[in-house]
Amino acid sequence: MSLSTTITFPIIGESYVQPTGLFINNEFVKARSGKTFKVTSPIDESLLAELQQADAKDVEVAVDAAEAAFKKWSALTPDDRSEYVRKLAELIERDQDIITKIESLDNGKSLDSASWDLNMVVHYLKSCAGYSDFIDGRSIDTGDGYLNYTRREPLGVCGQIIPWNFPIMMWAWKVGPAIVSGNTVILKPASATPLSALYTAQLVKEAGIPPGVVNIIPGSGRSCGNAIVHHKRIMKVAFTGSTEVGRDVMVGAGESNIKKVTLELGGKSPNIVFADANLELAVQNVVTGVLFNGGEVCCAGTRVYVQDAIYDKFTAMLKKAFESIKVGNPFEKGVFQGAQATPDQFQTVLDYIQIGVKEGAKILTGGKRIGKRGYFVEPTIFLTDREDYRIVKEEIFGPVTTLSKFSTVDQVVEMANDSTFGLAAGVNSRDINKAINVAHRLKAGTVWVNTYNDLHHQVPFGGYKQSGIGREMGVEAFENYTQVKAIRVKLENPIA
Amino acid sequence: MSKEVEITLPNGTKYLQPTGLFINNEYVCGSKGNLIDSIDPATGQVICSVECAEELDVDKAVQAAKAAFYDVWKDSISPSERGDLLYKLYELTKANKDILAQIEAFDSGKPLETNAVFDIDECIGVLKYYAGWADKSHGEYIPINKDKWCLTKHEPFGVVGQIVPWNYPLGMAIWKIAPALAAGNTLVLKSAENTPLSILYFGKLILEAGFPPGVVNFISGFGPIAGSALATHQDVRKIAFTGSTHTGRIIQKLASDTLKAVTLECGGKSPLLVFKDCDLDQAVKWAAIGIFSNMGQICTSTSRIYIEEEIYQEFLNKYVIHVKQEYKQGLPFEHKDVVVGPQVSKLQRDKILEYIEIGKKEGAKLLLGGSKPLEDKYSQGWFVEPTIFSDVNNKMRIVREEIFGPVVVCGKFKTQEEAIKLANDTEYGLGAAVFTKDNSKAFKVADAIEAGMVWINSSNDSDFHVPFGGVKMSGHGRELGDYGLNTYTQAKAIHVNTGFLL
Repeated sequence: MSLSTTITFPIIGESYVQPTGLFINNEFVKARSGKTFKVTSPIDESLLAELQQADAKDVEVAVDAAEAAFKKWSALTPDDRSEYVRKLAELIERDQDIITKIESLDNGKSLDSASWDLNMVVHYLKSCAGYSDFIDGRSIDTGDGYLNYTRREPLGVCGQIIPWNFPIMMWAWKVGPAIVSGNTVILKPASATPLSALYTAQLVKEAGIPPGVVNIIPGSGRSCGNAIVHHKRIMKVAFTGSTEVGRDVMVGAGESNIKKVTLELGGKSPNIVFADANLELAVQNVVTGVLFNGGEVCCAGTRVYVQDAIYDKFTAMLKKAFESIKVGNPFEKGVFQGAQATPDQFQTVLDYIQIGVKEGAKILTGGKRIGKRGYFVEPTIFLTDREDYRIVKEEIFGPVTTLSKFSTVDQVVEMANDSTFGLAAGVNSRDINKAINVAHRLKAGTVWVNTYNDLHHQVPFGGYKQSGIGREMGVEAFENYTQVKAIRVKLENPIA
Repeated sequence: MSKEVEITLPNGTKYLQPTGLFINNEYVCGSKGNLIDSIDPATGQVICSVECAEELDVDKAVQAAKAAFYDVWKDSISPSERGDLLYKLYELTKANKDILAQIEAFDSGKPLETNAVFDIDECIGVLKYYAGWADKSHGEYIPINKDKWCLTKHEPFGVVGQIVPWNYPLGMAIWKIAPALAAGNTLVLKSAENTPLSILYFGKLILEAGFPPGVVNFISGFGPIAGSALATHQDVRKIAFTGSTHTGRIIQKLASDTLKAVTLECGGKSPLLVFKDCDLDQAVKWAAIGIFSNMGQICTSTSRIYIEEEIYQEFLNKYVIHVKQEYKQGLPFEHKDVVVGPQVSKLQRDKILEYIEIGKKEGAKLLLGGSKPLEDKYSQGWFVEPTIFSDVNNKMRIVREEIFGPVVVCGKFKTQEEAIKLANDTEYGLGAAVFTKDNSKAFKVADAIEAGMVWINSSNDSDFHVPFGGVKMSGHGRELGDYGLNTYTQAKAIHVNTGFLL
């Protein structure tokens, strides 16, 4: 039985061959249990493919493969490993167009969005490839005649569990630094969006990366994800997803073998617009902050705070901007916002809109589903006069934002920080001193000043508080995938 | 002008050699029409003539580099993009490695298969290494108090001048070009008058990689004219020099008027210590590599060997046999086993022969070599036999002065302290090598030796991930590794006052 299927893109009509097996030891194989699961398109709810579904037994096989591969892989020079990663980046670049389309089809995001993702992937992996020499240690003079130094060594087999909002980008953010540092990985893509992960697995093999270094096994969180989190021979788990599940991952890691944990979780990031902001730019930043990727962004800026002096003006401008957004099939030209990625999340968004209405918040614009087929939601703004609404406190993860008024700097900093989350924040103001002072006071892992959702591979990303542990991208990513060994040598008195 | 000359290499390969000055991505004529002859050291024959840069041409190149820096390189190209261009250059160098190695061997006398090809391999590694660094260099964030925070930015100098020697023409050029570009500088590089060809050819790759005009400029020229012009030019913000200590002194003086940042990588008379508890066979082999590679034309050559008394004779016996057997003299393109080619020039060769005579007069014992080889095929080129002197003392000129040829001097020591004293009894401090199986001894000796680099149980085993450079009269500043990158930046501190009102 060939573990693949042919998929055709809507509107443009192009087809491609999609692998459907579990990728272990550089081969696509059947699940031990024989179980499969269906992948549907959020654009029109059609069936895209039926994939092999991994569970604990397959995790065991993958761990054996990754462990066996680790010895040789970690013993290669950093230069050698970087060659492989560079090759992988170049192959993704070669197939960039098709992976972009797979991403749009599977996740529902606009082609423009998916293109942006793929550009980031290629740049990031190329940059990772150049990191081979950064992973070094320190030599420390303690003045007592000892020889002291530190080395950074890889952890071993790393489990990686990624979400459905940026499938291939999350794949690159995880696989890149992990394998460059000498680890081997078992990555579980989200069940809703496994296609680009498996397609790219082919390129891992084509790049010549040895079998067992990268294993991609789609499966359910409950079964496959859980097995990864609890596995005693997996030395680290990196998870991106909801805070709820992140909590379970941490508990599971502790219960099993105290594996290292990095988490990149939810957020309800504040985006602050001061009266002295460039208002046109601020509108753009807020739109990007809420609607980029259909709002399915962990760091989305979905609590907008507008200073009283410009509240009326800004609100009117923002309403107009939201209403001019083109929502539709990502394969259609000019679409800015595609479909929400999964039926469950789509329903959650609609539920939250109802909660908001019931709580007494006023809908300024939007609030409804678009069409009858596919998971499309209108860009939505709630005017909120209190901070204790559920729609202000809880992560909605869709094209929905709240908008509140504030008067003073101290007040807005307090409102912004009044959250269990702390992933990102935005500050819009022309007064750089004020903006920076506020940035320093905000409890968030990334603060954007006069921009939003503006990532760069050289700059680290991660959360404060319940938004996570650890950082991705930047130099910091490598700290998560290595451990420090200190060596202290007592040298004997040498006078012969 | 885009003059190229067709050259036929000794192995029959033909190629087109650019001969102009490479300025603003073009090969141009020199202002006075003067030419430099590039000579094949194996035969004494002229290979071709290249345009010679005068002061005016240096100024032209510097102005091109300055314009490129301010108009394009400084603000319009991100660190990531610099890395991409360097990566492209790496790929092109890889693709052209055969021809580059052949040009290098022809112009400098390095044996093709045992020497030049490895130089190019290293060039390739260095380019890729710095391509990876370009987007990873970062400054610091320093919080002070609630009203003040600071950043440091590691900024490029602007136009940097680079003067490289003839012992590793393209290699030395890449060691300088790659980090300078990765850090965001533009450059004017002057090749050695003996060996301009590979660098001029490399200009074609710079062009093909897509570097904007003026970012990289190569000039062939004489030290006293073109080198001086670079070292004194007010728009050149930093000068990096590799060459003799004698010239290094001059460069530092010349640079002082305009307060240029200066890095110097100069001469050496590096010691190699052989303790009785070493792996003797390995010590012999490394001690041979340490002085007889590249015909002894290495700044870090371990040209003084001190052997612990108990194994002195045994070491020397094995050493002589090993060198006689393995260090085959020949013409650079002759066959795969040639290790000892000609010295780069008549001047160099004659100087070495003079030192050999001095050594004989000073009473050192000649164990091997000691003259130029007698066969006919060597008569037109500039060859010297691998030469070993023993029973030397530290007062001898052949022990104190850098010979820069395949001549090694060997002496003995009784104790570890004496070994260290002998090793440090020199104005130089570039490299050093220690052979022992006792780790404690190795590290303690490494600590005590005054040198920029110490090799434990190897010699001249450099790696581009590791900083390279000397102390004392061997120079200052470090190349390679991330130290090499830092040397091409200067820190700008930005203080932000967010609330301290007077």
